[in-house]
Amino acid sequence: MILHPGILALIVGSSIVLMMVIYGSFVGTRVWLSWDFNSSSEEQLVLERKTFLVSSIVRYALAFEVFSILLFISTIDDIHQLFVGAMCATGSLNANPIGWVVLFVKMGILLLAPVWVVLDIFDQKAGDYPLIRAKYVLLQFLTVVVALDLFLVIKYFAGLHPEIITSCCGALFSESGPGVAGEIAALPSAGMMWLFYVTVVFFLATLMFCLLHRAAAARYVLAVLAVMLFFVSIASVISTFSMYIYQLPTHHCPFDMFQGNYSYVAYPIFLGLFSAVFFGFLPGIFQPLKKVTSLEKHIFEAEKKWLVTSGIATILFVTVVSWPVVFSGVELMGY
Amino acid sequence: MRRLLILDYALSSLWRRRYKNFSIIAVFTLTVAVLGSILLLTHSLKMEASEILAGAPDLVVQRMSAGRHDLIPVRYIEEIEKIPGVGAVKSRCWGYYYDALTGSNFTLLGLDETATHEIHLLEGSMPKAEGQCAVGPGVARIRNVKVGDELILIDSTNTGVVFEVVGTFTEESSILTNDLVVFPKDDLVWFFGLPEGRATDITVEVFNESEVSTVAGKIKRMYPDTRPITRREIVQTYDAVFNWRSGMMLTVFLSALIAFSILAWDKATGISAEERREVGILKAIGWDTSDVLELKFWEGTVISLTSFLLGLIFAFVHVFFFGAPLLTPVLKGWSVIFPDFHFTPYIDLYQIAVIGFLTVVPYVASTVIPSWKTAVTDPEEVMRS
Repeated sequence: MILHPGILALIVGSSIVLMMVIYGSFVGTRVWLSWDFNSSSEEQLVLERKTFLVSSIVRYALAFEVFSILLFISTIDDIHQLFVGAMCATGSLNANPIGWVVLFVKMGILLLAPVWVVLDIFDQKAGDYPLIRAKYVLLQFLTVVVALDLFLVIKYFAGLHPEIITSCCGALFSESGPGVAGEIAALPSAGMMWLFYVTVVFFLATLMFCLLHRAAAARYVLAVLAVMLFFVSIASVISTFSMYIYQLPTHHCPFDMFQGNYSYVAYPIFLGLFSAVFFGFLPGIFQPLKKVTSLEKHIFEAEKKWLVTSGIATILFVTVVSWPVVFSGVELMGY
Repeated sequence: MRRLLILDYALSSLWRRRYKNFSIIAVFTLTVAVLGSILLLTHSLKMEASEILAGAPDLVVQRMSAGRHDLIPVRYIEEIEKIPGVGAVKSRCWGYYYDALTGSNFTLLGLDETATHEIHLLEGSMPKAEGQCAVGPGVARIRNVKVGDELILIDSTNTGVVFEVVGTFTEESSILTNDLVVFPKDDLVWFFGLPEGRATDITVEVFNESEVSTVAGKIKRMYPDTRPITRREIVQTYDAVFNWRSGMMLTVFLSALIAFSILAWDKATGISAEERREVGILKAIGWDTSDVLELKFWEGTVISLTSFLLGLIFAFVHVFFFGAPLLTPVLKGWSVIFPDFHFTPYIDLYQIAVIGFLTVVPYVASTVIPSWKTAVTDPEEVMRS
């Protein structure tokens, strides 16, 4: 199973990423252990130069890692036809349940990796490297996660045997299906739609407020709302919007929409959602760092961009999911 | 604006060292073209196979005897027809014929009277009477026959039999008919000396696609000596075989990729004194280390994007305009008379992403440390030396 071109690309790419991150965190640890900003020794100068090396290695590596998530989803979507009973990525994931763990680990990386990059940008901008320790500790953690990811990816693909009969999305995401997926799919669509739009309105309103005022509390509220938006959106895409996209009251799968038959609509939906949540979340977690004098100005500058990006991403995401509800002529409120 | 200016500077600096950069682009392009050809070709073969198999019967039932394929009794049809959800059930008579004269294999097919009107891609007519046959373009070419000529084949008793060629299939149908010779069914039974009441296999039409595997299971229970093969199984087998073949080829060419990465590393490490001086001057006039890194980023982007697109174009032309002459012997299969393929051009973003991930990531990874070494050049040190 390993010899599928997409799987080869994923494993080769992720191995290179892992090597880069390990090298980066190795250099980073050495920098961090003998770091003394007030010293003007030659050693400190070398260390300061090395921070650039770590930054550029890890930034490239994380960019590749984020790209590999998209490749992973397209790959499991592409290989589903090798499994009897599978009709989309869900079938490939069920063929070896480790696949679900891989998916969640990759989603974690997708949210964590950009945080590291933002920390790194601020650290370089500040001039006195206030975040150097935090940054390198987080890097150690990221290295472990990336290694875990590669291990799981290999274990997942090595454990795929095309003769396995898998249960497909129709069974897993149907309303009487087992476990969490079935329960999410069975959520009442009218209620979910209300909850979704109310959350979006609150999120956007708080976002506007944050743009106009500097209150710290609003930023924390926004971060909490971003997390809520994430879960509410995923639940309502599965329970409600999927039915409009497929124009079928029984079909709830979040993976079929990655296919060409539905104009790859899942890519803008999930990319929009992830950017909205990520950039909405950032002001909250960077709020404590405003106490650092050398960072305050930079954070305020960046915050504006984050809020605007988050707002645009939210509008894009909401437009794409609402489009079929408004224009497709399908009425499913009874379900 | 600042970014554009750095990109502008990157382009001019690449142009100043054009011979060095062209050599990298040439090798990079070649690498992308090779990997890209493999992927595009296997994907085309897969699509071609699945399009052809779309017209294949839902279910083919073969009889197994001592673990080998055996002739199936025609009376099985009656019982299979009674299974609910089953449409037409037909027996097929066909076989392979080794033509000692040309050293090639033909596929011989016996035709029911009922099926004659279905075939359009034919010059002349389908065989109707005893002693007539229609041949595929490959057979016509290798035996040098046309409509009205005679085709002599050796039957099972080692006697030469003369058939009149009444039709030839056109080139458009060659992927299906290239090595085909079609006879009336009775002629074929007699030619091969098949026993009475036996056929090569039985095709089963199943109305509802999701019932195919259930019907297959029922047939297997009814006649334990049979092997029902579903169309989906055939498609999956083709998919798996082509994935495996292209994966093997990719693995072989991964060594080329490693060689390319070493070259990229080497070229990026061995910067000239002039280049070091340039960076030294840039830093002396106020550029930051991060600015120089950005410059290197843009240089890398320009090189990899140019090579990537060029490589893709070469792969595209190689596969779709020339039919991939360099790769088909390995990937397609082996036969004396093989149809000429003309693949339908397509652009699949997934394939492009795979090629990109396989080639750009190693290139960037092998240039990132050398770029940093250049970027931290100390201006004072450089200008003094």
